[in-house]
Amino acid sequence: MLLFSRQGKLRLQKWYVAHPDKTKKKIVRELVTLVLSRKPKMCSFLEWKDLKIVYKRYASLYFCCAIEPEDNELLTLEIIHRYVELLDKYFGSVCELDIIFNFEKAFFMLDEFLLGGEVQETSKKNVLKAIAAQDLLQEVSIEEYLVCLGLQESICRTH
Amino acid sequence: MPTPKRLRDLIREIRSARTAADERTVVNKECASIRDSFRDQDNTYRCRNVAKLLYIHMLGYPAHFGQLECLKLIASPRFTDKRIGYLGAMLLLDERQDVHLLITNSLKNDLSHQTQYIQSLALCTMGSICSTEMSRDLAGEIEKMIKSSNAYIKKKAILCAFCIIRKVPDLMEMFIPATRSLLNEKNHGVLLTSVCLITEMCERSPDTLHHFRKLVPQLVRILKNLIMAGYSPEHDVSGVSDPFLQVKILRLLRILGKNDNEASETMNDILAQVATNTDTSKNVGHAILYEIVLTIMGIQSEAGLRVLAVNILGRFLLNNDKNIRYVALNTLLRVVHADYNAVQRHRTTIVDCLKDPDVSIRRRAMELSFALINSNNIRGMMKELLHFLETCDPEFKADCCSNIVIAAAKYSPNKRWHIDTVMKILTSAGNYIRSDVVTITIQLIAETTSLHGYSVQQLFRAMQQDYTQQPLVQVASWCVGEYGDQLFSTTIEDEEPLQISESDVVDLLEKVVGTANSSVVTKEYAITALMKLSARFTATVPRIRQVLELYATSTNMELQQRSVEYSTIFSGFDHLRAALLEHMPLIVTHHHTLENGLEAGDDEYLSERDSISRTNQQNMQPSAPRQPGNILDILENGQSSGPGEMTKITGAADLLDLLGDLGPAQPLSNNVVNVMPVGPLDGMLSPATQAKNQINGTAGLQVTAFEKNGLCIRFLCERDPGVVCATVINMIATNSTPFPITDFVFQAASFQLTLQSPSSSIIPPLNTDNLTQVIRINNPQKQPIRMRLKINYIHNGSNINEMGEVNSFPSVLWE
Repeated sequence: MLLFSRQGKLRLQKWYVAHPDKTKKKIVRELVTLVLSRKPKMCSFLEWKDLKIVYKRYASLYFCCAIEPEDNELLTLEIIHRYVELLDKYFGSVCELDIIFNFEKAFFMLDEFLLGGEVQETSKKNVLKAIAAQDLLQEVSIEEYLVCLGLQESICRTH
Repeated sequence: MPTPKRLRDLIREIRSARTAADERTVVNKECASIRDSFRDQDNTYRCRNVAKLLYIHMLGYPAHFGQLECLKLIASPRFTDKRIGYLGAMLLLDERQDVHLLITNSLKNDLSHQTQYIQSLALCTMGSICSTEMSRDLAGEIEKMIKSSNAYIKKKAILCAFCIIRKVPDLMEMFIPATRSLLNEKNHGVLLTSVCLITEMCERSPDTLHHFRKLVPQLVRILKNLIMAGYSPEHDVSGVSDPFLQVKILRLLRILGKNDNEASETMNDILAQVATNTDTSKNVGHAILYEIVLTIMGIQSEAGLRVLAVNILGRFLLNNDKNIRYVALNTLLRVVHADYNAVQRHRTTIVDCLKDPDVSIRRRAMELSFALINSNNIRGMMKELLHFLETCDPEFKADCCSNIVIAAAKYSPNKRWHIDTVMKILTSAGNYIRSDVVTITIQLIAETTSLHGYSVQQLFRAMQQDYTQQPLVQVASWCVGEYGDQLFSTTIEDEEPLQISESDVVDLLEKVVGTANSSVVTKEYAITALMKLSARFTATVPRIRQVLELYATSTNMELQQRSVEYSTIFSGFDHLRAALLEHMPLIVTHHHTLENGLEAGDDEYLSERDSISRTNQQNMQPSAPRQPGNILDILENGQSSGPGEMTKITGAADLLDLLGDLGPAQPLSNNVVNVMPVGPLDGMLSPATQAKNQINGTAGLQVTAFEKNGLCIRFLCERDPGVVCATVINMIATNSTPFPITDFVFQAASFQLTLQSPSSSIIPPLNTDNLTQVIRINNPQKQPIRMRLKINYIHNGSNINEMGEVNSFPSVLWE
């Protein structure tokens, strides 16, 4: 799964098949040029090596997936759309900047929705619930942590 | 030490960098401070630093020095640290890294953590970067987690099992018992992932597939519940209930029902139900219909259902959404052979798609159109396709031409139409035509005796307009050479006679030989044509002689050789000239040659440099009856009429061809050395010539081993008659791109294999010549032959490495 901007800037990449870094960069470059060179009236699928590429543009961002020949292209568009909906719900009308500044959140969301390249949860509500719970956990532990830090400092001072 | 920058500030700073160099400065500075901080073992800001590093990594800068820091974060008790740590691990590590051993331990600990979200992080990471070792180490834990009662963990564990099986198929056995009961679950996430896991298992092992066949009724029930269930906003996508799950189930049904009547029978009803009940106002409905069509076509379904499926695709073709049209064409192409008539009904729509603005759609439509041509619709279809050929992108032209030639040969209503069609290709596709089309066209024209006059006039007219199109000029030169006397015939029905004189013809051919736009092969065609014309024309003979003498000093070896040879005929053997330049005898071919020709064409014909050697070679073809060609007669004449050597030189290439097979080539070459400069001889004895003989001697089976980016590698296979269990393969590589391929290295691996040295390391462009190499395989066990290929070459300045595998060897080679 790749996300990149209209200018060809990479915003998010997620690999479900292992490749060395160099190959990854090469593939990304190749795909970005390929997709960006397509005109708006062209269809969202293209064949690339032995894979199919499905992409869709949302505002200034392209969402791009490589799928196997047996996979359903039309459904892949739905998967992309579902991911966008999830981001939208989470950020409240998402834009490219949200994803740039909170790229880790976008990753977390993707990881709750897909795993190993397959959809793991079809309910939007469940995904968002899981993310919300984890965000909460993150904050709680930060507070706990701050308390600990505070204690340490006071201990230091008393010494 | 100062507090490190916040992630947000860093991103802002990088974004405000005006040039790439500015950005690099910011990043380098930040990387340095992150490194410092890592070195100081700073725990407070490690998380922030790693997060920044991940952003930097995404911009394409090296960030591998953060790998160990990720592991430290993972080991931290804080959830925030773990969350970023695992994210970093997924992005910075891939399964090739040594750090993997370290992370496996952390994963093991976290998989049994009491907080489900920490377990989830570990599972997710596993799904992303699971390596073979990791799969083996953690499979036990995952299997336990599949049995968990917590749906959140369960679904993730199931997908981890899916990843493990992908990596290490041997581990499948241990997951089967746990998988059996999974379909009883209610949770969609669990159901979806289970179907996914079962699909993977069934695809990997036929035994498991058989085992899971009994799940069909259960799957049918789940699907039924899905479409019957009322509105449940949670899983719906624009009114369709959980399409993700539906599609997955349909796909599994397809695998389970394949070649199994009972299973197919069970699912017939539900398939019909889904097909008719799905709302098709949105993309998502089409996604399901698409999957269902594939399933209907993939299983042993009823005839009525199949027609329904093709009609669904027909409706797709009319859809406004280009994605849906593309999918429909793609699928029709897959099913066209199964349900020919059903697809035929949508022909008009398909032909319309040739005009689609989208390249992918046009390509599919073109392929499908060719699949749909038959003798009833050929005229109409060809009109559309020829129009398409004129307007289409260059990348389509070669394929399109070859396919038109095949189709025309198969279904042409009459010869005149056939010749017209092929000629239209020659004039409209120009240099994109593959060289096999040239030979096929020549063969076609030669066969059609009644239309010689018509063909040659048409071709000449076309060549007059444009003599830069190589294939056209080659065919035209050949025909002018052969049938030049008919150029001035005025009896051709409903065609205006050509207003030309002999010298116009010679002028044009001279231009062809002279222009830098002509390839060497074309020049050879043209010079031979000129020579032939010297027997057909009267007034221009002295001019022809002049031209030939001019090219006797050409720097091109072939041209020079030919010109010298031809000039010698004039000077020494003028009394034989007319006999030498007789019309070619008709080449007798089997009917299938046209189609084989498209594949085998290059090998058989490419090496033929001109029409004279063609006769001989054709006569030598084992498939063609051995009729005594006139060249053979001439040879006898030549020997009986005096010196003889010179005549031998005239047919030198051919003699060599003949003798190459018969054996004693040596005495001949000695003979020739006395008379001729050494140059041309080298050319004649070059490996290419030898390889030519090998190929011609083979009544071999042909396998296309590799075809990519214009490089085509074919195998002509033959069992070695001398040695039991040995197979001899002639590898022939051709290059259809406009640039030469250099430094070509071909490697192959099979049982016991010896590679002889190749004929060259260069493949000339535009299929003008080929490279050959002989492979011998020793196969005492008589196993099916498989071969792995590795190909390296330099093309247009770039170094290219390719790998391939050939499994399609015909079984007669080892049985």
